[in-house]
Amino acid sequence: MGKYIVKRVLFMILTFYVLATLMFFLFRMLPGDPTMTVISAALNPKAQEEMKRQFGLDKPVHEQYLVYLKNIALVDFGYSFQHTRKVSDMISGRMLNTVLLILPSMIAAYALGIFLGAWIAWKRGGKLEIGTVIASTAFQSAPVFWLGMLAIFVFSVHLDIFPIGHIVSPGSHHGKSPLAVYFSLDFLHHLALPFIVNTLYNLCFPLLLMRSSMLETFGEDFIELCKLKGLRERRIIYKHAMRNSFLPIATTIPLILGWAVAGSVVIETVFSWPGLGLLMVEAVQRSDYPVVQACFLLIAVLTILGNFAADLLYGILDPRVVYD
Amino acid sequence: MVIRDFLKRVSSSKLGVCGLVTFLLCVLVALFAPVLAPYDPMMKHYDAANRLEKLKPPSERHWLGTTILGRDVFSQLIWGVRPALIIGLCTALGTIVIGVNIGLISGYYGGWLDNLLMRITDIFMAVPFLPFIIVILSLTGKSIWTITLAMMIILWRSTARVIRAQVLTLRQRPFVDAARISGAGNLKIIYREIAPNIMPIALVNVAFNLAWAIITEASIGFLGFGDPEVLSWGTIIYQAFASEMSYKAWWWVVPPGAAIMILVTAVYFIGRAYEEMINPRLKSW
Repeated sequence: MGKYIVKRVLFMILTFYVLATLMFFLFRMLPGDPTMTVISAALNPKAQEEMKRQFGLDKPVHEQYLVYLKNIALVDFGYSFQHTRKVSDMISGRMLNTVLLILPSMIAAYALGIFLGAWIAWKRGGKLEIGTVIASTAFQSAPVFWLGMLAIFVFSVHLDIFPIGHIVSPGSHHGKSPLAVYFSLDFLHHLALPFIVNTLYNLCFPLLLMRSSMLETFGEDFIELCKLKGLRERRIIYKHAMRNSFLPIATTIPLILGWAVAGSVVIETVFSWPGLGLLMVEAVQRSDYPVVQACFLLIAVLTILGNFAADLLYGILDPRVVYD
Repeated sequence: MVIRDFLKRVSSSKLGVCGLVTFLLCVLVALFAPVLAPYDPMMKHYDAANRLEKLKPPSERHWLGTTILGRDVFSQLIWGVRPALIIGLCTALGTIVIGVNIGLISGYYGGWLDNLLMRITDIFMAVPFLPFIIVILSLTGKSIWTITLAMMIILWRSTARVIRAQVLTLRQRPFVDAARISGAGNLKIIYREIAPNIMPIALVNVAFNLAWAIITEASIGFLGFGDPEVLSWGTIIYQAFASEMSYKAWWWVVPPGAAIMILVTAVYFIGRAYEEMINPRLKSW
């Protein structure tokens, strides 16, 4: 197990290194020259040279690359093109906001989805099953930003139950500590709607998958044996069938988590949620490439860590997994 | 042959038939968009007094109302089927070609090649999909072809894994040994003997990738990175959202989202109906 974790961590570092390198070359190879957005061609050549020097663009590419890697290792993403602020200052806190939006709703979605899916599989053949399958397929097929907009339209604009977007009410104070915000009712009130939308949206996939996995398990001999032994229905579903059916779903957690983290750009835009995704979208629109790069890399870090956690979880769930 | 078998299997389930009919209807709408749309989607409408008919709720003249620029939402909706289908289908086919080939080679040859290809797949698994596409589009410019290409580069990853797992079991089967003994080369075994057996799973993946591609294309449009020359459903919602009218003019926002939902649901139903047929244990009704 220890050896496996070391191997897995090394691979995580390699993955991150490859993505960081990819970003470096994408920004220098592809046609739209990012420097053109800050260094206007109208400036006199001397001023252009000076700006290039400031951003380290006067050095040969391999030197730039080494500086770039060194800076990433030191979590220094340089200065934003727009505000001449440090990128790391703009980003601090954003990552936590994204995690708080995505992680709880993913956990809720999987927990609920698995139980609902198991239950519906057991009740198969009825109208309830067809109804649930159709409804969750439709829900899963709708774009999440559109669901978010409908939710705001109904619950915030018309019923006025939840605030429209943002993380706290404007002008509100929550004590001196920067973390105090996250313990306020105001924060939870703002989190509620995006949390519900994200949970319901992400719930459909594990639900439908659990249903079909359970249906496969019900065909197995050991379920027949449980019935013959006279075990109670509930015990058969939740103790015997669910455990075996859960494994194929567990393998999908990294993929869906990856989708959810990547999807933060959309859901954060709808709810004006100040996370990495929203910052990234705004930065791309302003062609603020240092910020774009940093956001992308941090979203990638979240994805990589999520995959790692899911892999470890899978090992705990299935003792048959051999680590070598 | 594969297509006929596919249609036969899908139409044996009720939801599969619903999905197929809806999907074909969408294709027809896309083909006959110029005939079906009452107006030019970009035309600005003026009333009798020559005032711009902006943000008008649904009426007899404009079935789904008008946008802030006085354009007919219904006509925009009709034209929006085209980019959704074109981008979706091209992406789905491209990802299948890449994913199936990588899966076949990785699963068949095994050893270091398998290891290398699967580690590359793992790295692609860590790429945040939408952010990556946004970066690419901001650098290469926004067109339906760059969107398609950017999605293709990433979406093959799960298909490759699924196909590889399938090939690993097929490789052990007697018919592969039989082919080898009768003197078939590796490529012939891969593409003549193994590939036909993974076609059903590949087809299921075409459907699922198509669904993802349509939703992703809409998300790209919603974030404002859609092809400015093409009016897609995502872009329609983006225009409503960006003009801050999305919570007032519901007729501008609800129809394009519902259209995405209906088309993608149809694709899922087709995919699942087929999946249930090739794996009868899933079947329940």
